[in-house]
Amino acid sequence: MSKKVIDATIPTIPLGARFQRWFGRNLIRVYMVIAFTYLFIPVAYTFAFSFNDSGKSNLIWKGFTLDNWMNPCGAPEVCTALANSIKIGLLATIFSTILGTMIAFAIGRHKFKGRSTSNLLIFLPMATPEIVLGASLLSLFLVFKINPGFWPTVIAHVMFCISFVVVTVKARIASLDPRLEQAAMDLYANEFQTFRRVTLPLVAPGIAGAALLAFSLSFDDFIITNFNSGTVTTFPKFVYTAAARGIPAQANVIGSAMFFLALAIVIAGQFVNRRKAR
Amino acid sequence: MSFDASTARGDLILTRITKEYGDFKAVDDLTLTIPKGSFFALLGPYGCGKTTTLRMIAGLEEPTVGSIHLGETDITTTKPYQRPINTVFQNYALFPHLTIFENIAFGLRRRGIKDVDAEVNKVLNLVELPHLAGRKPTQLSGGQQQRIALARAIVNRPALLLLDEPLGALDLKLRRQMQIELKWIQKEVGLTFVHVTHDQEEAMTMADTIAVMNEGQIEQMGSPADLYDNPETAFVANFLGQSNLIKGTISGNDGDSIIADLYGQKISLPKKRSHAVDNSIYAELIVFEQNDDGVAPFNKGDAVNISWNPIFTFALRGDEDVTAGSEVNPEVLDEE
Repeated sequence: MSKKVIDATIPTIPLGARFQRWFGRNLIRVYMVIAFTYLFIPVAYTFAFSFNDSGKSNLIWKGFTLDNWMNPCGAPEVCTALANSIKIGLLATIFSTILGTMIAFAIGRHKFKGRSTSNLLIFLPMATPEIVLGASLLSLFLVFKINPGFWPTVIAHVMFCISFVVVTVKARIASLDPRLEQAAMDLYANEFQTFRRVTLPLVAPGIAGAALLAFSLSFDDFIITNFNSGTVTTFPKFVYTAAARGIPAQANVIGSAMFFLALAIVIAGQFVNRRKAR
Repeated sequence: MSFDASTARGDLILTRITKEYGDFKAVDDLTLTIPKGSFFALLGPYGCGKTTTLRMIAGLEEPTVGSIHLGETDITTTKPYQRPINTVFQNYALFPHLTIFENIAFGLRRRGIKDVDAEVNKVLNLVELPHLAGRKPTQLSGGQQQRIALARAIVNRPALLLLDEPLGALDLKLRRQMQIELKWIQKEVGLTFVHVTHDQEEAMTMADTIAVMNEGQIEQMGSPADLYDNPETAFVANFLGQSNLIKGTISGNDGDSIIADLYGQKISLPKKRSHAVDNSIYAELIVFEQNDDGVAPFNKGDAVNISWNPIFTFALRGDEDVTAGSEVNPEVLDEE
């Protein structure tokens, strides 16, 4: 009897409530779309204007062309600046990754006097305004009678990249189970073999991530570079100077290319990780 | 290496080992001999010093005082990788970046053995997982990881195999199965196994000899049957099984037996099963009895399972706390 009554009335949900429910479920998606649009509009703009048949100034759309992509070094000095940035970036990455990884192991794995102080000092360059770092480095170089230029820039970049490397690698070391190293020692691996066969391979993703981070930090640094590079032009410096006269579309080409390169590296990294996990 | 510890063989002898962490004594003046070829269990509650003892045997900790010998060789201060001792870690500690095959081959390769295939495949067959050689540890179930951890250790044919709560992470059914398998493998390969556990059932099932540890010292050592039938201390009796403890006093002496007074009820106890301080008639006694399990009486015609349920009675030293080692704080019959 009572069963029949329940079957007879299928409740309908009012339209307003249905919309509310949809909105509640999809709010996070709506927000995501807005946030990503905001983030990527400048990238999309840069990419679009890399195809602009611009002539001197690349501010107004004048027509589609592939010339800029076919000839990325077309604008004067753009590729010299790019080469400088890559050279400085690679050198800064190599030195800061090696030194930073060593510091990370020292702080992450060993107890010594002044450990917490070093830990604090590592964070300091990240917290200090770049303009202060740049200016004080310049005065330091001048005191030692070193002229600003290529190598002072490399030294400056190594200095601020180290902190990020240490923090990244240290996080990876902290997540490493010390029992794995004990197991390796238990299985006849001496200290060096344990490091080479167990510790290093397990920390490697952290080190690789730190290196990529260091390179991108070095590559796009402007403030500290501007103080210490003297007559050497890096890519950010070139863009800044060019902005006064109108940035050539080649700068957009190189910017876009860097973006897609970074994207490709991230996707490849994900892909490799997934295959490893399988 | 001034001498080659890695080929040492023989009994493991711990002599007056103490391990201190600051003021805390994890292991307190421990002397112990583990005979070659035995399945030896170190049994005790959390924090009794059994794992510290194991880590000192493995070389992962160094004793504050005392020495460790393997046969004739002093291994007290040698590095873990110089000892012919391998460990099955509690969480297995398989290398996540290496395949199962490479995990097992790790020890062989570190000792400079080039051709590892035959050895690795042999132990993979022994633990019945040859089809998993190419997988990574994270793709294995807990039970499979456990067996691989065992395989990784025994492939090296160590003088001593240490097992640190190896079955702790497995469910009950798998644990039971692995207990039998571990025992079987130990017989098969003929290695000395030192098994650390807080699970008395596990120790009783597998070990030839059990040392019950409490507060950094050994309470009693003997065969499982020995410990169960004739515990020397209240701690051992409580830790090994459920016991009813009754306080009493020695009231007399009758040849091979002593007479104990339990709240007015006088009973006679054989002296050889008595660990009481029997030269003083004032010494208290503690008597253990197994539970009657309170089954309702049967009716005529009921089908019954008949089994013999022995009732144990022991007399122990009376200056002990009767609740020592009891996990579930039994209602001690202490009210006067």
